[in-house]
Amino acid sequence: MALILSEDAIMVRDTALDFFRERSPITALRKLRDDNDPDGFSRSLWRQMAELGWTGFLVAEDQGGSGFGVTGLGQVMEAAGRTLAATPLLSTGLLGASLLDLAGSAEQKDEHLPPLVAGERLFALALEETSRHAPYRIATTAVADGTSYRLSGNKRFVLDGHVADVLIVAARTSGAVGDRDGITLFLVPADAPGVSRTRTIMVDSRNAAIIRLDNTPATVLGRIGGGADVLDVVLDRARACLAAEMLGSSAEAFDRTLQYLKDRKQFGVQIGSFQALKHRAAQMFCEIEVTRSSVLAALSALDEQANDAAALASLAKAKANDTIFLCGNEGVQIHGGIGMTDEHEIGFFMKRARVAQATFGDAAFHRDRYAGLMGY
Amino acid sequence: MTDLTAFRAQTHAWLEANCPPVMRTWMPEDEQVAGGKRAEYVRPEQKIWLDRMAAKGWTAPTWPKKYGGGGLSGDEALILEEEMQDLGCRIPLRGMGLSMLGPTLLEYGTEEQRQTHIPKIVTGEIRWCQGYSEPGSGSDLASLSTRAVLQGEHYLVNGHKIWTSNAHLSDWIFCLVRTDPTVKKHDGISFLLIDMDDPGVRPRPIKLISGKSVFCETFFENVQVPASHLVGQLNKGWTIAKRLLEHERKGIGGIGARQAAKFEIPPETVAKMHVGEVDGKIAEPILRDHIAAYSMDAQAFQLTRRRAAEEAESGAPPGPLSAMFKYYATELNKRRYEMLLEGEGFQGLGWEGEGFSDDELRFTREWLRSKANSIEGGTSEIQLNIIAKRVLGLPD
Ligand SMILES: Cc1cc2nc3c(=O)[nH]c(=O)nc-3n(C[C@H](O)[C@H](O)[C@H](O)COP(=O)(O)OP(=O)(O)OC[C@H]3O[C@@H](n4cnc5c(N)ncnc54)[C@H](O)[C@@H]3O)c2cc1C
Repeated sequence: MALILSEDAIMVRDTALDFFRERSPITALRKLRDDNDPDGFSRSLWRQMAELGWTGFLVAEDQGGSGFGVTGLGQVMEAAGRTLAATPLLSTGLLGASLLDLAGSAEQKDEHLPPLVAGERLFALALEETSRHAPYRIATTAVADGTSYRLSGNKRFVLDGHVADVLIVAARTSGAVGDRDGITLFLVPADAPGVSRTRTIMVDSRNAAIIRLDNTPATVLGRIGGGADVLDVVLDRARACLAAEMLGSSAEAFDRTLQYLKDRKQFGVQIGSFQALKHRAAQMFCEIEVTRSSVLAALSALDEQANDAAALASLAKAKANDTIFLCGNEGVQIHGGIGMTDEHEIGFFMKRARVAQATFGDAAFHRDRYAGLMGY
Repeated sequence: MTDLTAFRAQTHAWLEANCPPVMRTWMPEDEQVAGGKRAEYVRPEQKIWLDRMAAKGWTAPTWPKKYGGGGLSGDEALILEEEMQDLGCRIPLRGMGLSMLGPTLLEYGTEEQRQTHIPKIVTGEIRWCQGYSEPGSGSDLASLSTRAVLQGEHYLVNGHKIWTSNAHLSDWIFCLVRTDPTVKKHDGISFLLIDMDDPGVRPRPIKLISGKSVFCETFFENVQVPASHLVGQLNKGWTIAKRLLEHERKGIGGIGARQAAKFEIPPETVAKMHVGEVDGKIAEPILRDHIAAYSMDAQAFQLTRRRAAEEAESGAPPGPLSAMFKYYATELNKRRYEMLLEGEGFQGLGWEGEGFSDDELRFTREWLRSKANSIEGGTSEIQLNIIAKRVLGLPD
């Protein structure tokens, strides 16, 4: 496990930082929100990201990707987190690419991966069915129908669900709700019969949807009943990379708050001279640093497929959750009244924090999982 | 790389052959070896192990050979530490000579001071203590008032130090003294080495909340100190004092990453023992959640120490990370003991006598001792001040 980046990864990080600062600053997210943009992201930005190769980091070379890996993708995500860039990188570049790469048949890969890498086809994972992250709590049914299946059920909080061209659906082919066994993954074209999609407008202005499936025809992706094996690995990648994005957002919220501590004057002095605020700033610094170490460890362990990769992914996500909560909330508090205005950008971080925390497991979920993995 | 592999194999073999089996067991606090003329050994193997390690200079692995150190590179020292950890070898010698004064003398001492003092630190012949704090000067250390006046070849020292750890067991004390009361407080301080055998030096032990007496009030009455015992220049002691504090904080920040790790009982094991388990999980879900939160922070911190080491090895300029170590490590160590006691329930509440196991009584005492971690060597609040000022650049 390496806790410092390779030169290649540093190059990716620096390119990505420049890219998002220049082409997708927070004003871009604000505009998507205020224009009620039907896509909720910029297709031209996404094409440029594909051109830079970021959509292919988790795709093998023979499918047009580079296989550069999770650590590399984490660097792009962290940079995107700095500017709260809204892109389908998580839903398509990570979840779609990984699920197809790890579970797809040769034909499925040939069919889907080249257009995915080219930035021409979007994917969404339809997983959650309850009010919080619960990857095995799957009630959506899959009934065999000749060589294919028919799916029925309700999915919620499907990231990029309303813009995806293809849905990857977790459904139950056997077992009871909550069982790890018996979950199967399916590919469903978004325009398949019986699919209805409702875009949900989220507090962070990012994309999510409710998806209803009613006797929808679907083809199996991966092993029947063994979907959880692939899901676990892919969700851990998503947790670690989302943790990297959250780290970027935390660090950016903190940097802005630190600047404000130096700029704003009250009682004739900079507010950063007040010890009540200094200590809180110092604590945020510490939390960001330990989160950074956890994220780097998780990304690297996932690339190496190390035994402790799952525990480290949970560690990274739990720490990122706590840290973005801290930096988002302290950011608003330390900005005072102006922090409560829509015009100021600091509030965007706190809104994003709340959604990112709930995505793929809140801190309590990951503490529970970590304890279980550690044998207690 | 192959050199290091060979070094690892040789080191492993040497430790196997030379570390007595009882020195590969968990080390109770009263079996820690700190050396000095008043050292008492509970077991003969403690002294044998110390002498063997000291002969190789491995009590101070990276110090230069010419002062009795091991002369190892950073990589080699890490291998030695790992191999010792692997075999569960006890640390043969600890103390303020090794962790604080030695590195400071290597940087600021005269050649004569190094030749005189460093080899005796390596062998454990002389035990050192730290005379910094005074009744009126704790966090505001630079306000100290113990006076030293140059009279011919000697400084005449008068004053009162406090919280001097193990002064009553030490042979020498490194002291901050005021040599010029007329200038700004930081500019009139000097760094003196004082022999505790001088009749004018009187340490008086103080009892702690843990029941132990590990620190003292130390009185200085007309103590005559040869002028050659001044380290660095007259009135320039503050820079040296701060440098030494960095070494001290690095040492305290290392809590939890110690060799004892191999024998440490983790909070989850204690909790399972006392509250039982259901399907392999600690039966009390809230306790389990607290322990997981603690353990995850502890792992995240360990990863951060490792990252700092990797950054240093890669030749990157020293980053701001080390500023947080003392603060984070000590707060974590306090939490660790809270978790242990919470897991023990009633069994964590004993002071002495029947009804409690040795470990249970030990944890209670160590729990009390751990509270000092965030006070000694600069309080947590002072550490946060330092981060805010030096790392974050926040105004005074
Ligand atoms: C177990 C133990 C061993 C020790 N060993 C030694 C030793 O060997 N040699 C030695 O010289 N000293 C030793 N010390 C002393 C130690 O360094 C001091 O206790 C410490 O520096 C704090 O000083 P103080 O006790 O005077 O507390 P004070 O400085 O009076 O602090 C009281 C409280 O005020 C807070 N405070 C003070 N200043 C500020 C500020 N600017 N901003 C915010 N909060 C502030 C502190 O954080 C603390 O909470 C030891 C202490 C302990 C507990």
